[in-house]
Amino acid sequence: MKKIVALLLALVMVFSLAACGEKKEENKEPEKGSVYWLNFKPELDETAQALAKTYTEKTGVAVKVVTAASGTYSQTLTAEMDKSAAPTLFVIGNQAGVKDWKDYALDLRGTAIEAELNTDGFNLYDETGKLVSIGYCYECYGIIVNPDLIEKAGHSMDEIKNFDGLKAVAEDIHARAAELGFDAFSSSDMDGSSSWRFTGHMANLEYFYEERDAGGWTECPASLTGAYMQNFKNLYDLCINNSLTAPTDLATGGHDAENEFKTGKAAFFVNGSWEYAAVSGDVPRATMIPYYCGVAGEEKAGLNCGTENCWAVNANASEADQQATIDFMVWLVSDPEAAGKMVEQLGVLPYKNAPASTNGFLDAANQYAADGCYIMDWATNYQPNVDDYRAALVSALNQYNADQSDANWELVRTAFVDGWAVQYQKANQ
Amino acid sequence: MESKKRSPIARFFKNPLRRWCWLFMGPVLAAFAIGFVWPFFQGIYLSFCKFRLIRDAKFTGLSNYTAVFADESFRHSFWYTALFAVVSLVLINVLAFTVAYLLTQGLKGSNVFRTVFFMPNLIGGIVLGYIWSMIFDGILSKYNTSILLETKYGFWGLIILMCWQQIGYMMIIYIAGLQAVPEDMLEAAKIDGATKWQTLFKVTIPNVMPSITICTFLGLTNGFKLFDQNLALTAGQPFIIQADGTVIKTTEMLALNIYNTFYGSSSTSPGVAQAKAVIFFILVAGLGLAQLAFTRKREVQN
Repeated sequence: MKKIVALLLALVMVFSLAACGEKKEENKEPEKGSVYWLNFKPELDETAQALAKTYTEKTGVAVKVVTAASGTYSQTLTAEMDKSAAPTLFVIGNQAGVKDWKDYALDLRGTAIEAELNTDGFNLYDETGKLVSIGYCYECYGIIVNPDLIEKAGHSMDEIKNFDGLKAVAEDIHARAAELGFDAFSSSDMDGSSSWRFTGHMANLEYFYEERDAGGWTECPASLTGAYMQNFKNLYDLCINNSLTAPTDLATGGHDAENEFKTGKAAFFVNGSWEYAAVSGDVPRATMIPYYCGVAGEEKAGLNCGTENCWAVNANASEADQQATIDFMVWLVSDPEAAGKMVEQLGVLPYKNAPASTNGFLDAANQYAADGCYIMDWATNYQPNVDDYRAALVSALNQYNADQSDANWELVRTAFVDGWAVQYQKANQ
Repeated sequence: MESKKRSPIARFFKNPLRRWCWLFMGPVLAAFAIGFVWPFFQGIYLSFCKFRLIRDAKFTGLSNYTAVFADESFRHSFWYTALFAVVSLVLINVLAFTVAYLLTQGLKGSNVFRTVFFMPNLIGGIVLGYIWSMIFDGILSKYNTSILLETKYGFWGLIILMCWQQIGYMMIIYIAGLQAVPEDMLEAAKIDGATKWQTLFKVTIPNVMPSITICTFLGLTNGFKLFDQNLALTAGQPFIIQADGTVIKTTEMLALNIYNTFYGSSSTSPGVAQAKAVIFFILVAGLGLAQLAFTRKREVQN
C-alpha cells in the first residue's frame, strides 16, 4: 500500500513539473513577434484587455496586458524589466522616469507611431534629443464645479473669474452650509489615495508661475524660489477651511470626496479630467475652472494640461517584437473601433486619426485655450525624487492642518521649497 | 552469504531509501537553492554594484557602504527599530506568557479563548495597519490630533498593534510548553510547601525555557524585520522637517527605510539599498544568534 502511495506521489510530482514546462512552449511565436504591454493606468485595464483580445483575434499577434496596481508602477516595472520576457511596451511618464529608464527605451523618432501624432507637446526627450516616450493621451486638472449648486446658493459662475470671486462664493456657501444643505469644498484627505491632489496637482500652480517667470523649464531646476507660496496658501486654505470636513480630520482620510461631489453635498471638488466619466452621470453640468489663487492677470488662466501617460518601446526587445508593438500602438490610436474605445476611457488621444474627445472637462480646457487663456502646463512632472518629496510635504501639511499657525506654514514652505533642493541633490548625486 | 557478493550498484537499487532520496529531497533542495541561496549571494554581490536592472549591474566597490554609513536616516531608523524591538519583545512575551498561564489553569471555556486570542494572527499586516490607523484616529480625532502627528503615538500605536497581533501566536507556543511541565515536579513542589510564585519561578519557568527561547527569538527578529504594519500604520510620519529641507522620518523602521531607499530616483539608490539590506541581515542574524546562545544556556534538561 505504501509503495503505491509513494509511486502516486512521485507521478504527481513528475507530471506537475512536466505541466509547468509545457506552457512555455505554447507561448512561443518566434516569427510574428508579440506584444507585452505593462499598463500604468488601472482604470484603463478592462478596455486594454478587451482591445488586446480583439487585436489577437484579428491579426494573430499575441498581446499580453499587465496592469500595475495603483501606486506600484515603478516597483512593477523594475521587476518586470528584469525578466527574460520583459514588457515591450511600457510607460515613461516624467523627467525622473526618463532619467531612470532612457537606456531601455527605443528612440521613437521616425517610427510609424510618431507619424500618427498631431502634436509633439506631450513627448519626452532625453538630453541627447532621443525621443524616449510619446504621449498617448493627455489630461487636465483644476477645480471641478457643480454650477447647479452655485446657482442654488444665489451666485453665478460668472462671479468666479479670479481668486477673490472664488473666495467670496466659497466662503458664502460654507457659512450657509447648514441652511443650503451642501458645503463649498469636498474633503481634501491627506492619505495616500487623495493627497496627490494637493502635493501633485495643486502644488503645480506654484511651480507653473515660477516656471513662467523663468521663461520655461527644460529640465528639473536645482532649487525653487517659492515666490508663489502665498498663492498656493490662498487656495489651499480656502479649500480646507470651507469644506465638509474639518481640517483636523484629514490626516488619515476615509472621506469619499468624489461621492460628496456626486451626491450634491459639495459644490467644488479638486481633481482632474479622468473624473468626468464618474461624475457627469450625476452632475451633468459639471465643469472645471482653473486654480484661481490671487496671481495678477489670472483672469486669463486656463486649466492645467499635460500627461504622465507616455508610451516607450523596450530597446532590448527583439526586432520582431518591437515591430509588432509599434503596429499594435498604431492600431490602438487609428483603428476606428479601437481608438473609439480608447477615447471613451482616456478622454482624448493626441493622434491625427483618433475620434474627437468625449470628455467635458477636456472640452472646457480647450475652450479656455480657444478664448486666449494661458495653459498651465504640468511643471509638477519635474518634482525630484517624487515619492519622498511628496511624503515630506504631506507630513508638513498634516501638521499645518492640525494647527494653522505661521510656524507650521513655515514647515510646509521648507518641505516645499528647500525639500525640492534636497531631493534634487539626492536624485543627482 | 549471498548478500555480501552484491555489487554496489545492486545494493543501491535494493535499498529504496537510497534509490528515492533524491527524488524527494531534490525539489526541496532546488527550491531552497533557487529561492534562498542564489538570491542571497547575488544580493551580496549587488550591494557592491550600481544598477537599475540586475542584469546591468556594474561593480563599484565599497561606495554603497560608505553612503550607508553617511546616511543619517538609516542611523535614526536603526535606533528607532532597536527601541521598538526591545519594547515589543518584552511586552509581547510577558503578556503572552501571562495569557498562556491563565488559560492552562483549567478555566472553563479555555479553548474558546485560545481560538479568539489566536485569530488576529491570521489577518495580514497591511490590512491590520489600515484598520488600526482608523481605530486610533477615531479616538485621537476627539482630541484634535492624529496618529500621524506625534512620534509617540506612532510608536505606541505600533506596539499596541503588534501586541494584539502577536500575543495569540506566542501564547500557543507557551501553552504547549506549559503543558509539557512534568506533573510530578509540580506535585513535589506542592508537597514541599512551595508557594504559587515559588512554583512559577523555580519550577514552571525553568521548564518552559525552550518555549521562551523560541518566542524571544521570534519576537526579536519580528521586531527588527517589521515592514507591512509600519508601512500601513504611519509610513514614517510624522517627519521632522529640518531648516535645510532635509527630513527625518521619525517612525520609519529599518525595513521600510531600505524599501524607500531602493525606489529613490538617484542612479545609485538601488545599490545603496542593497548594501543596507546586507548590513540589516548581518544585524538581525547576529542578534538572533546571540539571543539564542544566551537563552539556550538557561534551558534545563529533563
